[in-house]
Amino acid sequence: MSLVSFIGFALILVGLWGMLTRKNIIRIIIGFSIIDTGIHLVMVSIGYLPGRTAPIINSAVDKAQAASQIVDPIPSALVLTAIVIGLAITALMLTYAVRMYRERTSLNIDDYKELKW
Amino acid sequence: MIKKFFTIITVLLFALMVLPLLRQIVPFEELAPVAVAYAEQGPDQLGAANLVTSVIVTYRGLDTLGEVTVLFIATAGVGFLLRRDEEDQLPGEKNTGESTFETAGESALHSPREASELLGSGSMLLFPLLMLFGVYIFMHGHLTPGGGFQGGVVIASSMLLLMLARVSFHLNHLIISLVESLSGFFYVAIGVLGLVLAAGFLDNRILPLGEFGTLFSAGAIPIIYSLVGLKVGTELTNVLGTMRLTRAQQEEDV
Amino acid sequence: MSIVIIGTFGAMMIGAAIFALYSQNILSAIISSGVISLLASIIYILLAAPDVAMTEAAIGSGLTTVVFLLALRRIQVIQAEKGGAAKAGKSASGLGYGLGSGDGSAEEAIDD
Repeated sequence: MSLVSFIGFALILVGLWGMLTRKNIIRIIIGFSIIDTGIHLVMVSIGYLPGRTAPIINSAVDKAQAASQIVDPIPSALVLTAIVIGLAITALMLTYAVRMYRERTSLNIDDYKELKW
Repeated sequence: MIKKFFTIITVLLFALMVLPLLRQIVPFEELAPVAVAYAEQGPDQLGAANLVTSVIVTYRGLDTLGEVTVLFIATAGVGFLLRRDEEDQLPGEKNTGESTFETAGESALHSPREASELLGSGSMLLFPLLMLFGVYIFMHGHLTPGGGFQGGVVIASSMLLLMLARVSFHLNHLIISLVESLSGFFYVAIGVLGLVLAAGFLDNRILPLGEFGTLFSAGAIPIIYSLVGLKVGTELTNVLGTMRLTRAQQEEDV
Repeated sequence: MSIVIIGTFGAMMIGAAIFALYSQNILSAIISSGVISLLASIIYILLAAPDVAMTEAAIGSGLTTVVFLLALRRIQVIQAEKGGAAKAGKSASGLGYGLGSGDGSAEEAIDD
């Protein structure tokens, strides 16, 4: 549905804004997680067909007419992979944040100036 | 102020770039041709009732192998970066005196006390039920919604329940690493078996397809998904166990 | 009917996202990012994708929140240990337990 894709897109914009403006490292990681959720919403909303049901063949969906009664199973499969990978990347980023804090006792990204020109 | 102005410009440009793509997402009337092919041939070729499972495990099985690899690399990264040193002890265990605590508000940081009897017994009662539920989810991945990843996450949360309810609980890292490595190895081994006995890598027709809709159907899909579930569950348990803090006397169990 | 429901959830999600980025306390920011994932999993059910809903509910609002909280706890412990040494340095981080927002604004560098 196009409404869900707009919601996902708005979440991506909010997350992008948060990643660019906030200074606390934990909030930057929260912004990244928000962008992730928005992207997944957009991807699942592409596979939706109005009036159809879940892609599982049981008493509700007949095996012979499955192609006319189900939504697209492929975006669901891709998003499943993407959600798990998002968790792994968030855990790794938080580990980096903990290590950075251990070295310099500051969660403010302005204090880490080595990579600036 | 000028930085905020440039940030607004950046976000607006990004929005302008993506908006025409979004306007093309109108609700479709028919399935895409690839999905039609999967829906018509999937149940007969592979024998799985859950079409998303048949896509993940067999049609796009190589992507799942890649994802398991990414998860493994992230877990290894977390385990490497949070190596245990002197600084991982909980407060109240170091014998350097109380002077380190008077600056941070002491109410925010206290040595954890042992859980109450209710929490301890309740968590011991819930733990086998949660494990059973996780195993059910990944064994029935080809029949009901669910599968390896969801079941693995439920198993990891059951271990997390034990870790949170009893502060002195320590993970047996040897068994967890053994289960994780063996399930990853057998996953690739079954894939190679598919190459030898059937049509390609990770083909599920190395075992008989069985009757549609029962537990022992769909060839090797339940086995593959169970291995993926075990691997994801133990990996996430490892991540959670590495990231939490234990008492000082469990340091040698790393 | 479902347009109204999806619209309400969407508005709540965007509100929770803005709250997560601009709240004073960092603990409420983490919890509110878990709430976003929970609402997203309800929307996935309405879009007829039950596998994705299950995964998002378990991982997004379960494990991601727990991982955030574990990292926050570690940072607290390091802050308590090094609190004596860092008191004389610039811009103490101030994790937001009543010490102000976590964005490094001027009122936070207490010991400047």
